[in-house]
Amino acid sequence: MPEHRLKALTPLAQARPVITTVGRITIAENPDVALASLAQRRGREADFTQRAEALLGFALPAPGHAVQGGDWGAIWTGPGQWFLEAPFASHEDIAAMVKNAVTDAGSVTEQTDAWVRFDVTGRNATEMFERLSAIDIHRMQAGQATRSLIEHLGCYVICREAGSRYSVLGMRSAAASLHHALVQAAEAVA
Amino acid sequence: MIINHPLLGPRDSQEFTYLGDASLIDRPDWQAPDAVDQFHDYLYLRDNPAGEHRELWFHEQGDRSWLVVTRNVVTHEILNVELASDVARSRGRSK
Amino acid sequence: MTANQMSGEMNAVFTPSDSQGSQKTTVNRLAGGQIDRSRRLRFTFDGKGYLAHPGDTLASALLANGVRLMGRSFKYHRPRGVISSGSEEPNALVELRSGARREPNTRATVIEMFDGLEATSQNRWPSLSFDAMGVNDLLSPFFAAGFYYKTFMWPKAFWEKLYEPIIRRAAGLGSLSMEADPDAYDKGFLHCDLLVVGAGPSGLAAALTAGRSGARVILADEDFRLGGRLNAETLAVGDQSGADWAAATVAELASMPNVRLMTRTTIIGAFDHGIYGALERVSDHLAVTPKGKVRQTLWRIYSKRALVCAGAIERPIAFVNNDRPGIMMAGALRAYANRWAATPGHRVAVFTNNDDGLRTVADLRAKGVQIAAVIDSRPDAPALSGVEHLRGAMVIDAKGRLGLSSIVVRTASGDTRTIPCDALGVSGGWNPNVGLTCHHRSRPVWNDGIAAFVPGNDLPAGMTVAGAAVGHLTTAAALRTGAEGAAAALADIGHSAALPDLPRAEDDAPRLTPLWYVPHKKGRAWVDPQNDVTVKDVKLAHQEGYRSVEHLKRYTTLGMATDQGKTSNVTGLAVMAAMTGQTIQQTGTTIYRPPYTPVPIAAFAGRSAKEDFRPKRLTPSHKWATEQGAVFVEVGMWMRAQWFPKPGETTWRQSVDREVLATRGSVGICDVTTLGKIDVQGTDAAEFLNRIYANPFAKLGVGKVRYGIMLREDGMVMDDGTAARLAEDHFVVTTTTANAVGVYRHMEYCRQCLWPDMDVQLISTTEAWAQFSVAGPNARKLLQKIVDQDISNEALPYMGCAEVTVMGGLRARIFRISFSGELAYEIAVPTRYGDGLIRAMADAAKEFGGVVYGTEALGVMRIEKGHAAGNELNGTTTALNLGMAGMVNKKKDAIGSTLSEREGLNQPDALNLVGFRPVSKDALMSAGSHFINAGAEANAANDQGYMTSVAWSPNLGHYVGLGFLKNGANRKGERLRAVCPVKDLETEVEVVSAHFIDPEGERLRA
Repeated sequence: MPEHRLKALTPLAQARPVITTVGRITIAENPDVALASLAQRRGREADFTQRAEALLGFALPAPGHAVQGGDWGAIWTGPGQWFLEAPFASHEDIAAMVKNAVTDAGSVTEQTDAWVRFDVTGRNATEMFERLSAIDIHRMQAGQATRSLIEHLGCYVICREAGSRYSVLGMRSAAASLHHALVQAAEAVA
Repeated sequence: MIINHPLLGPRDSQEFTYLGDASLIDRPDWQAPDAVDQFHDYLYLRDNPAGEHRELWFHEQGDRSWLVVTRNVVTHEILNVELASDVARSRGRSK
Repeated sequence: MTANQMSGEMNAVFTPSDSQGSQKTTVNRLAGGQIDRSRRLRFTFDGKGYLAHPGDTLASALLANGVRLMGRSFKYHRPRGVISSGSEEPNALVELRSGARREPNTRATVIEMFDGLEATSQNRWPSLSFDAMGVNDLLSPFFAAGFYYKTFMWPKAFWEKLYEPIIRRAAGLGSLSMEADPDAYDKGFLHCDLLVVGAGPSGLAAALTAGRSGARVILADEDFRLGGRLNAETLAVGDQSGADWAAATVAELASMPNVRLMTRTTIIGAFDHGIYGALERVSDHLAVTPKGKVRQTLWRIYSKRALVCAGAIERPIAFVNNDRPGIMMAGALRAYANRWAATPGHRVAVFTNNDDGLRTVADLRAKGVQIAAVIDSRPDAPALSGVEHLRGAMVIDAKGRLGLSSIVVRTASGDTRTIPCDALGVSGGWNPNVGLTCHHRSRPVWNDGIAAFVPGNDLPAGMTVAGAAVGHLTTAAALRTGAEGAAAALADIGHSAALPDLPRAEDDAPRLTPLWYVPHKKGRAWVDPQNDVTVKDVKLAHQEGYRSVEHLKRYTTLGMATDQGKTSNVTGLAVMAAMTGQTIQQTGTTIYRPPYTPVPIAAFAGRSAKEDFRPKRLTPSHKWATEQGAVFVEVGMWMRAQWFPKPGETTWRQSVDREVLATRGSVGICDVTTLGKIDVQGTDAAEFLNRIYANPFAKLGVGKVRYGIMLREDGMVMDDGTAARLAEDHFVVTTTTANAVGVYRHMEYCRQCLWPDMDVQLISTTEAWAQFSVAGPNARKLLQKIVDQDISNEALPYMGCAEVTVMGGLRARIFRISFSGELAYEIAVPTRYGDGLIRAMADAAKEFGGVVYGTEALGVMRIEKGHAAGNELNGTTTALNLGMAGMVNKKKDAIGSTLSEREGLNQPDALNLVGFRPVSKDALMSAGSHFINAGAEANAANDQGYMTSVAWSPNLGHYVGLGFLKNGANRKGERLRAVCPVKDLETEVEVVSAHFIDPEGERLRA
């Protein structure tokens, strides 16, 4: 990306990401991931799949799943639709990069700043999620991802490591409220 | 209530919003000679069965699929859940 | 056990240092029990200090301290004591704690003792032993069933002013602290294969069976010690006491990772599809909720199967003055003796109609308590030795106002005897605890074998019942049916579980001869002690024609108190049945509803209380706006800057006027990120929008923006906004802030349900972009300092859009659209740079005397310009009403276009949106006013329409208004009355064009 003169703020409106540790749980704001949504065009499914796999190096995940490989990650978000993630520093213009790869076989929309991402780690993270979401968190395996209600907001929960490492994607504008809810739940089980 | 999403399995109804009778899929032809009457009936006339009812639910806080839920409104038993797009196609809707 | 052992026990408890100068004696503390005598806890009741041990409840500790009088009844202020040892307690309600944490109507039987506990009796004045309102008891003839309806019927106006305040003062329970609750509450979600409700013998056997099979099990019990009646009985289980077997089983269950033990957790309701509500009292047993922790958690449990092992509740036999403090359930008497080593007295009588009552006799004797007599209503009862066993006798009266002193017994031979005693245990049999099984309107069925209701056959899907809750009243049957019930429930979901080797236990079903109440001509025999309903009240209701149990309940208030009639309902039905000559089954039951026991409203709210009631959405400029001292307004979940006060401005109008004048005079910036933005892509995207919008979109050129209106299918306007075409197959649609969610839902509905084969993909991008409106004659000059590319009128004409870069290379989007009527743009950058952009633009604006403005100035300018917004797009208005009928294209299919042609929506006198100004320049106008023709009376028949929006126009120096007026488009220049009866305001107004500013739109295109 060319240099420009605007400074970025994290979703929690800070210059640097906020990392909160409560008991054994760490809640880390992570603005260093670029996100784009990728949707397949009707009638172009085969071409779409082939082009997406060529970009990512792996097959797009099935409903309820997420895949990670190299720089790229993919999360199923709806029928025929995925979120792709990649490091922000190298992929700030992720939408253009993905669009170049899938051409008119897919629709691509920049989503990087539509979401706040919190990475939650800790051996008792499951106890915290029990207080936040109806997801059966104890049965969630690494590579599973789903969207459900947390703090009245539709949030994606991605299991990175069963029982101890999760990412939560929530509406960026509500980052402070979501963070507050996560911290309170962590305190309740600390 | 729990709605057994065809792609995602059992989900709490809190994730959904309700629209109404699944007959809303059968939108009339705007060029029919009696289109105004047909649209009137389509929009305002509903069966109110004490039993099985087909309803449109939107997985608003989930994957944003519209679903057709067949539900017994007396017992609350949910008998079938389908993707609304599949139902729409099976009822002849296309573009 | 002897009296010596008892006094030895007291000596062990009390050392001189304990007394602290006051006389404290646990006179009624027995030996044994499941209390921790190594630790002492101090508590107060009505200000007096007492001692207790860990393991005590408030009720057991009060009894151990010789306190029998614990409260006053609701209506008659009768002195009352505890009658049960569980959550069914109707009488012993107290106010727990003090200050903001004061909790009224708390059952002493379920209050777990902690050091420093404070409790106060309620519904008495000035003191529990002397209560002035006890006069109600003497006036009881006036307070019989239905007294509210009869006495306080007329005149109607007296109800609110006179009767209700008097009743509320005289009758009632505890009172609220009226302070904010200082504690936090959680909600949570749990999943399991099998939920076991209740941890008595059947629940423990069920959990053991399921747990050992590897199934995911939740075992919940409202008590703080698991085991249920096993902890209250002396019956052996295998080679152990029941309590020891329970403890060993709990230990094994606790070691299983697949089993979750939930103590202090009440299953409050059975909901659809295997969902159960559970209230966990996380910190109620502690003096103060620890920091960061919650007082209670309301769990939503998703179960594949549920096994209800909720046990049974003992029922009383009604007789005259059966509410004296010291009269309690026989099972509760021995529970206090066995589990809590406490007794209400040292000379105790037992009144029973069944064998189970005789267990109390044996257990109390074993604890060294003297048995005054056993009154057994069955002439053929098995004879007891070593005590006076009066078979075929009944208790006909009880003496002792503040505490039982004697009972009057009519013997089999008809003699009357007075027997001194300080406590009486009563057993009328056991009612299976069927509450949860009825939450989906299943009706229980009568079982003659145990003379009680048992669960019916149409239970909630996935629920089965075991143990005493289904009518198996022996320990062996409870264990067996619990284990079998768990195995069967799991087999139902394809999971096999082996039955454990269950220990031997007693298996003698208690024999019972039903007796509901002792016949009497005089006096009052209580059925529902909390609501003060007597046998006579039930009879009276019947005499007055109340034949349905539902009517009986509401007329007498039987079972309508905080205990929901757990000890009284079946007895009430039996009395009713006796009146009608019907069976109890024919009489039927009322409906059981959640919650099983009271739940604080705060627990239902959980974390969503006070400032956390709902999440807040903050705009990208929020931090900057806060630094500027902006005043914020809630718009849905959004917090938007309403205006930006400057030093010296004392009213909001000064700030807003300045922002409007500066914008129209130079340039103003406004954060418009909150408007919904929906990305629409695909080869059919243009055709899709053509059908979503009433006006055509198919031919919109790339790089162009068009204003559009969306209709509902009924022809009413749903929303308005713009769509920008970024590429042949790519649009960005904007919605109003309020309708962003609804419009997106509607578009997905159209895409998936109506035209499933269209190649269209949708996603919200509202949050991805920080978007600012820049408006005013200097807007271009300002933006040219920000945008890297040429944005001259030629490069970016009115209603054009482009992808550009700003501030030396950051990707951005620019749209030349206007809401204010000025030369205006909207500029968008990725949200993380929104804060940087507002700072850069606010700096750049200084050169021009520009401002950043809030939603108030935004509103003023759109009213001045005559743009419709939420007040006009109110769900009842059509395109024709809004003056946009021409936009509804009849040559294409679009949602709502067909029904917008309905005759009724197209009458000559249809409402039209027009402008209004006060005839007298200084006059006030008010939104919500209705228009009345000059000279006509202000009534509904003469209604000509209504004012929707009003603002002070600093540009024009008077108020300006928008409103809907019948045939308004053709009434310009007419003078009308704008009448607002709510504000008692009337203004003479003139009908004018809605476009107060720049009606030709020259500024927009400059």
